[in-house]
Amino acid sequence: MQVQSMHFKVRAGQKLADMRLQKNLKKLSEKFVTARAAAITELDDFEATRDAAVERRNRALAHLDVWLEIFERNASARGAKVLYAETHEEAVRLIVDIAKHHGVRKVTKSKSMVSEEVGLNHAFEAAGIQPVETDLGEYILQINDNEAPSHIIAPVIHKDKEEISDLFAKTHATPRKTEITQLTREAREVLRSHFLSADMGVTGANFLIAETGSATVVTNEGNEGMCTILPPKVHVVLTGIEKVLPTLEDVATLMRLLPRSATGQPISNYFSVLTGPRRAGEEDGPEHMYYVLVDAGRTGLLGGEFQEMLRCIRCGACMNHCPVYQKIGGHAYGWVYPGPMGSVLTPSYVGIENALDLPQAATLCGQCSVVCPVKIPLPDLLRKLREKQWERGLRPWYEKVGVALWAYAALRPSRYSFGSKVAVRVRRWMGGDAKRIRTLPVGAGWTVSRDFPAPSGRTFREMYRERRASGQAGSTRT
Amino acid sequence: MKVGLFVTCLVDAVRPEIGFSTLKLLEGAGYEVVVPESQTCCGQPAYNSGDSRTARELAEKVLREFEGFDYVVLPSGSCGGQIKVQYLELFRDDPDLKARIDRLAGKTYELTDFLVNVAKIADLPSSFAGHVTYHDSCSGLRELGVKQQPRALLAKLPGVQLTEMKDCEQCCGFGGTFSVKYGDISGAIVDEKCRNIQASGADAVVLGDLGCILNIEGRLLRTGDEKTRVLHIAQVLAGDA
Repeated sequence: MQVQSMHFKVRAGQKLADMRLQKNLKKLSEKFVTARAAAITELDDFEATRDAAVERRNRALAHLDVWLEIFERNASARGAKVLYAETHEEAVRLIVDIAKHHGVRKVTKSKSMVSEEVGLNHAFEAAGIQPVETDLGEYILQINDNEAPSHIIAPVIHKDKEEISDLFAKTHATPRKTEITQLTREAREVLRSHFLSADMGVTGANFLIAETGSATVVTNEGNEGMCTILPPKVHVVLTGIEKVLPTLEDVATLMRLLPRSATGQPISNYFSVLTGPRRAGEEDGPEHMYYVLVDAGRTGLLGGEFQEMLRCIRCGACMNHCPVYQKIGGHAYGWVYPGPMGSVLTPSYVGIENALDLPQAATLCGQCSVVCPVKIPLPDLLRKLREKQWERGLRPWYEKVGVALWAYAALRPSRYSFGSKVAVRVRRWMGGDAKRIRTLPVGAGWTVSRDFPAPSGRTFREMYRERRASGQAGSTRT
Repeated sequence: MKVGLFVTCLVDAVRPEIGFSTLKLLEGAGYEVVVPESQTCCGQPAYNSGDSRTARELAEKVLREFEGFDYVVLPSGSCGGQIKVQYLELFRDDPDLKARIDRLAGKTYELTDFLVNVAKIADLPSSFAGHVTYHDSCSGLRELGVKQQPRALLAKLPGVQLTEMKDCEQCCGFGGTFSVKYGDISGAIVDEKCRNIQASGADAVVLGDLGCILNIEGRLLRTGDEKTRVLHIAQVLAGDA
């Protein structure tokens, strides 16, 4: 997907002004935040499960190469072919070649963010192959002129029922439906013919299991099964190399956390463990199964200060709970992954200089790391990215000058004391009788949407000195 | 026991009265309070801007000024979190200073945490009465575990009625320089906070960080609410509100 993260500020402004979006984004806290809070109380010991999950993900990442080799060996033994792609382009080329090799004309797809990352649909279309998204949310986006998802598990969270009703009526040329059950039935009817006529299914994978050579897929709509088990001759699993876990036990631990953190479900409606193509005597499953495992920046994080980011299991809890995401939605972030996890991943994968706003546009409130099931210290990673920007001189000149002037004073108490005395008097004067400043010449961003309450007019230290001189400040001394 | 009072740069410049309320509470609890005159800032603005070199220099300055006290107390969870949690990160790879930083962090307390867990204060010099709601500021809550402490203290004041607002743990949208760099996003976040405060029916919102106070008060003023008071917990507990 093309990177638009450099336009963050403008896009965020547009999203804030979009009242319909603002209303739709309320669903986040109403649905996901509340549901997660209830779901985690069902676990006997949520914190201990988190710790166990962290340890299991860390163990996998510490020897990622070894686990990938074991995965490849076991997947191959079950008849699947494991391919690696170093770049997005290579991933796309491999998959299009697989499709051509098997004479594929139509591909059904189950939700995969890596597919968005590599831009697979576009490549299929260019090769004359029809991709059909079958996750309801992704399908809605596809028929809306290939709109990008705005959330990693709820891609269409930014839309309301009315928009979808209009879109269905227009696209399917059917009478406009208003009930959700009618809309889903209509989607099912449209998709069924695609499921039955597709030659190939592409899915993501929530985890790869090294000891069995399997892929696991979590869905709520069951569409993944239609993409992989029903008629398609070929099943391609497209995912990142970091998704491998050593054992089924590891998956069990992670699965206690994934649906609960994502949607507040104890378990998703469907959970598939897919191991190799159909074997002799089996009634269903694809004739051919491929894995395309994508690097595209992931190995660059291994062994470095951002390695913890690779633990991410794509539950979306960080964005659901992020005060910034809740106000601007996912599109403003400008690439595949939005919210706190995206603000770390995007600069890491597409270049720090191409996503300067993302690590800055965070209050560092810390709620993302509180809810992260695998305890990724997202605020710390965002701050480290700010450090990289600073070290590389990527911040605007006025910010550099501002911090330098402030630092000069803060390190020299007598000058600081003098400067702050002057500053608080100026600001007190600016506040006037109402004791509030409506427009700040420096720091105008503040007064876009609020006043600056005027300072009292004198600093604590000067008042304290006076009180002490007049014997009012009790036993204390300086 | 000697307490070093870290006033914080914001209180020093914008709301000195919060510093005096803090002083009153600490002295009232029987401590000898010292205010090092050379103190400026904990360095958080530099740290969060990515300028870790300046952040380290300021941290070392704070260390020199405050390591001699039995306790260091701040009327701020944000600056408290910087010293207690983030300094450790800043000096993680510095064997010379790490031990001293660890000791400083160990004796540094956010005000309400200190009053409840160290001073174990029984009586407060306050006859404040009113209907309030409490906003949990991010760093205090999530870095320092300040949650029950201010509520336990407010419960000691018979005239205080506390009604919890919706999403009291949600960020107010301040975020330091975030509030200036992304003023529109920050404004949308604080707007929701203000609505929750107003919906609680309280006459005042009480909290422990001046950054959040200025943010919330500024938004209330801009939207024409001059009735809802925005008070620092120290002012309420000291009877200065």
